[in-house]
Amino acid sequence: MPELPPVTVTACPNGPILVRGDFELRTPDGRVVAQHRRTVALCRCGKSTIKPWCDGTHKIIGFVTEPEPPAG
Amino acid sequence: MPATMLEDGVPLQRPMLLPQARGPVSEAVLSALRGAPVALPEAVGAGLAASAGILDDEDVQLALFLLYEQHYGGLAEVDEDLEWDATLLAARAAIETAFEAALRAAVPMPGRPEPTSPAVAAALFALTGRDDGPSLSRYVAKNATLQQLREFLVQRSLYTLKEADPHSWAIPRLSATAKAALVEIQADEYGGGRPQRMHSAIFAGTMRSVGLDDAYGAYLDLLPAPTIAAMNTMSLFGLHRRLRGAIVGHLAAFEMTSSVPNRLYGNGFRRHGFDERTTWYFDEHVEADAVHEQIAAHDLAGALVASEPSLLDDVLFGAAACLFVEGRVGAHMLTAWNEDRSSLRGPLP
Repeated sequence: MPELPPVTVTACPNGPILVRGDFELRTPDGRVVAQHRRTVALCRCGKSTIKPWCDGTHKIIGFVTEPEPPAG
Repeated sequence: MPATMLEDGVPLQRPMLLPQARGPVSEAVLSALRGAPVALPEAVGAGLAASAGILDDEDVQLALFLLYEQHYGGLAEVDEDLEWDATLLAARAAIETAFEAALRAAVPMPGRPEPTSPAVAAALFALTGRDDGPSLSRYVAKNATLQQLREFLVQRSLYTLKEADPHSWAIPRLSATAKAALVEIQADEYGGGRPQRMHSAIFAGTMRSVGLDDAYGAYLDLLPAPTIAAMNTMSLFGLHRRLRGAIVGHLAAFEMTSSVPNRLYGNGFRRHGFDERTTWYFDEHVEADAVHEQIAAHDLAGALVASEPSLLDDVLFGAAACLFVEGRVGAHMLTAWNEDRSSLRGPLP
């Protein structure tokens, strides 16, 4: 069986950060944030009404991420 | 209203009751489903020839819906062997040919991106991000009366009480990244192993909380052609392997136009004093579809086109068709409500 990372983190262009795998999201004081689904989208634009989760608000405010750096 | 059978609080789907006919085509289909002798090909042919426009044809859309329903939860008192009856399948095919042609003629196609995953995802976000006229979700949030909110749930119930099912037909027709992505989305739609979290079950709870019957098809007689046509569009795309690109594009567009409107739908019910028992469905979709839209754009639609570039046009067609047919349902509701009348075909009990 190929070795797979336990967690993957994917930055979506102009959107949230998708997190898949076995992980725990915690508040600064160490409490575990209740997670409702296996794959989650974390707010990256700062304007979500349900932070830390994404609620699609980035599309309304025209949030734009940096273009990918050229390969190599 | 009849009590729905519940298992751990989750409705058990039963074959739906047969609706009233709306004209000669649905009358002939109903007769055939009941096992009565009927000249079905002739009735369908005459009905299609006489149709002024299949997208708004109450009789033909209902007939197609009934033929499709045999492949989902089924129809009460109809012999299950008729699912694969050659005469009924031929009738379905004749209607589908006209329906697909009408959709392809009417749906405005977006510009074609490069057949790469990032380009397809970007094109789908651009297509679904365009503000297209008056907004049903803003009306629901700010203006809808309690009766209009109940109507809204009834309009949604045809799809939402079997949410995700039409797109699940695509699973065995995809492979690799696209297949894994579709299953990832659908697993969440079906509650991630917890039936109480199944989106269709959450929606059934929303219906019950406002005194509506959550039995599948309970309000079919009241639903107008555009609503049935939107459901039939999903079944058409989902039931044909040839159209796997279109059902993928449809799902992507559906997910990409969900998070923000669902927050507004929830606000409409909160404005009328309803609590989480009613709004859970909408709140759940704000969070879930913000995840699903990313998976659908990149790993599902993008990856599918990257591996099968010949499907690019159908992915775009499916997405644009979703916006088109769902937009017609929204416009139908808004027009009726702005004229101070019901969007349904009869009064809601």
